[in-house]
Amino acid sequence: MTYDILITGLIIIAQILAVVVPVLISVAFLVYAERKVLALIQLRRGPNIVGPFGIFQSFADALKLITKENIIPSGSNKIVFILAPIITMVLSLAGWAVIPFAPGWVVSDINVGIMYLFAVSSLGVYGIIMAGWASNSQYPFLGALRSAAQMVSYEVSIGFVIITVLLCVGSLNLSKIVLAQQTVWFAIPLLPMFIIFFISALAETNRLPFDLPEDESTLVAGFFTEYSSASFVLFFLGEYASMILMSSMTVILFLGGWLPPFDVYPLNVVPGVIWFTVKVIFILFLFIWVRGTFPRYRYDQLMRLGWKVFLPFSLFWVVATSGFLVYFDMLPN
Amino acid sequence: MKEVELNTTTINFGPQHPAAHGVLRLVVELEGEVVQRAEPHIGLLHRGTEKLIEYKTYLQAVPYFDRLDYVSPMCQEHAFALATENLLGINVPERAKYIRVIFAEITRILNHLLNIPAYAADIGAVTPFLWCFEEREKLLEFHEAVSGARFHAAYFRPGGVHQDMPEGMEEKLFDHFKTLPKFIDDLESLLTNNRILRQRSVDIGIISKLEAIEWGCSGPVLRSAGVAWDLRRSQPYDAYDQVDFEVPVGKKGDCFDRYLVRIEEMRQSISIINQCLNKIKPGPISIEDNKITPPKRNQMKKSMEALIHHFKLFTEGYRVPAGQVYSAVEAPKGEFGVYLVSDGSSKPYRCKIRAPGFAHLQTLDHLSKGHLMADIAAILGSLDIVFGEIDR
Repeated sequence: MTYDILITGLIIIAQILAVVVPVLISVAFLVYAERKVLALIQLRRGPNIVGPFGIFQSFADALKLITKENIIPSGSNKIVFILAPIITMVLSLAGWAVIPFAPGWVVSDINVGIMYLFAVSSLGVYGIIMAGWASNSQYPFLGALRSAAQMVSYEVSIGFVIITVLLCVGSLNLSKIVLAQQTVWFAIPLLPMFIIFFISALAETNRLPFDLPEDESTLVAGFFTEYSSASFVLFFLGEYASMILMSSMTVILFLGGWLPPFDVYPLNVVPGVIWFTVKVIFILFLFIWVRGTFPRYRYDQLMRLGWKVFLPFSLFWVVATSGFLVYFDMLPN
Repeated sequence: MKEVELNTTTINFGPQHPAAHGVLRLVVELEGEVVQRAEPHIGLLHRGTEKLIEYKTYLQAVPYFDRLDYVSPMCQEHAFALATENLLGINVPERAKYIRVIFAEITRILNHLLNIPAYAADIGAVTPFLWCFEEREKLLEFHEAVSGARFHAAYFRPGGVHQDMPEGMEEKLFDHFKTLPKFIDDLESLLTNNRILRQRSVDIGIISKLEAIEWGCSGPVLRSAGVAWDLRRSQPYDAYDQVDFEVPVGKKGDCFDRYLVRIEEMRQSISIINQCLNKIKPGPISIEDNKITPPKRNQMKKSMEALIHHFKLFTEGYRVPAGQVYSAVEAPKGEFGVYLVSDGSSKPYRCKIRAPGFAHLQTLDHLSKGHLMADIAAILGSLDIVFGEIDR
């Protein structure tokens, strides 16, 4: 009996490691890729010293940061201050539990997968608020306030986008959402929602042009101004891991997850996990491309965009999609 | 009625701040995120330039002007050279005038190529910054070719310029300014029609015509408010009366107008440089009076008189007749003026420097009142603040 529990436990741990370790490694390479792509946009070289083509730059940076002194401001609330990056990091990894990389390749195939993912990504704001509050300093505090407002606003429209997709699928299970796209990816019939989701994903992960919580031209570094060393690394890892998580979510909801673009001979023999990775990389490239091109929104403009443009529009699409589905009797069972 | 006291947050913006343009310290009072008061505290870069100049000969004073606004060094030397020449009552040769105009305009492009992307970076777009730095580097090579230095050129001297342009330089300049308009187009494609940039800069930091004049603004800040005031046009110095150019003027005086005025000024500068390159003729590059400009080195090897001149010039310097003069140039940032008082000795009795940035910085509180915290960075960037000239 106990033997069985032990075996199950070990399998679960192995499964978790099989997801978390590749995710952390891909974070390192995402940072490298971001620096390289930005460098290409900005007509410069980017990292090219550590390893061939500078490919180990992120590992060198991580090592450097971790070996530095961890400064905890004397005026801060120490427990919350240390807890905040841990929460950010853990939450950004927790979401991966339900992501299906290929048919059956999922740690926990729960049937409310999308709700779980939504809940986990919403909780991400707690790490930022705690960091801003515990730092006991003005810039992080302003950054945290902005972040809270921003993430809450954009989650509303993300929620509506997800509802539209769910209406077309009829299930909350992520694998089923992918399988429902066998005839056509949702990005095509639901193109406006795909765009809204992508922009909201930028806002949700605090990326340019919505990186107000860390707006370096006014708030120095926003909510993690006071952080250094390992706790900074945790924020950094968490931010990039949630970036990959949001990209995976985009891929699953709109770009057919692990499915090939067309179900024809040379394309459908490529393993699903490779299709999944390629699509995620494409979305991540868009993230970086946007960062290299656009200026930053101001706080009030960001709120206006969220509440006055995206919210009514996505609400309209929910109604329009459900009306369409009911009228043509296409509702999935 | 119970009195309610509103709590405002006071934020110390700088001097160590990524958007503070040097060592600016702003004490910002916020209500929520709305700016109630933005008070600039200056003096962190004060070096006592004006006093130092009183202890230097006129020639030794030149390099100090490079170090004021280190983004547009040659225009400031220009003001000092003009002031000194005015006191001496000399007139520089034709070629020197053209060379000065060419390099003053290169300096203007250099300055705007730093300010425009810095403004863009202040509102979040980083890419233009690196693009422009590459372009600046190419222009700085021209600085280096004539003076040996990229920034602190000390090239415009009272009496002319230090040395002639190297051979083939005119063609190189001509070729380079053929390609630069393309770069400006590329830069504009990234910024001018970008919706986010427009949302961040249109109607931000508006200054009216009257206010701009009353606050003592000049340069692009004044012109963006709709006042067509350009010293190159209203009181042409050197060869500016020989060239044809337009003075771009804004309508509203907001950050976006200031940005557009600067873009257009770069295009006009290119046109001015091309005209000068067409008109420039070989000839002397400084007045041939060895009491003021040093003799050639090979002359010194042969002529006793040249050696004495050299010795006198680099020990005592030249004596400037007693009197006072204010002369100003249209520096990239606005009217840069030098007020010189001479007591007849070889050192200025007093040298007062009028820096355009100083007047612009004092409008900041007025411009940013009622805007959001993030707009302070945008307004600061659009005013083109460089601390070297404000603190002197």
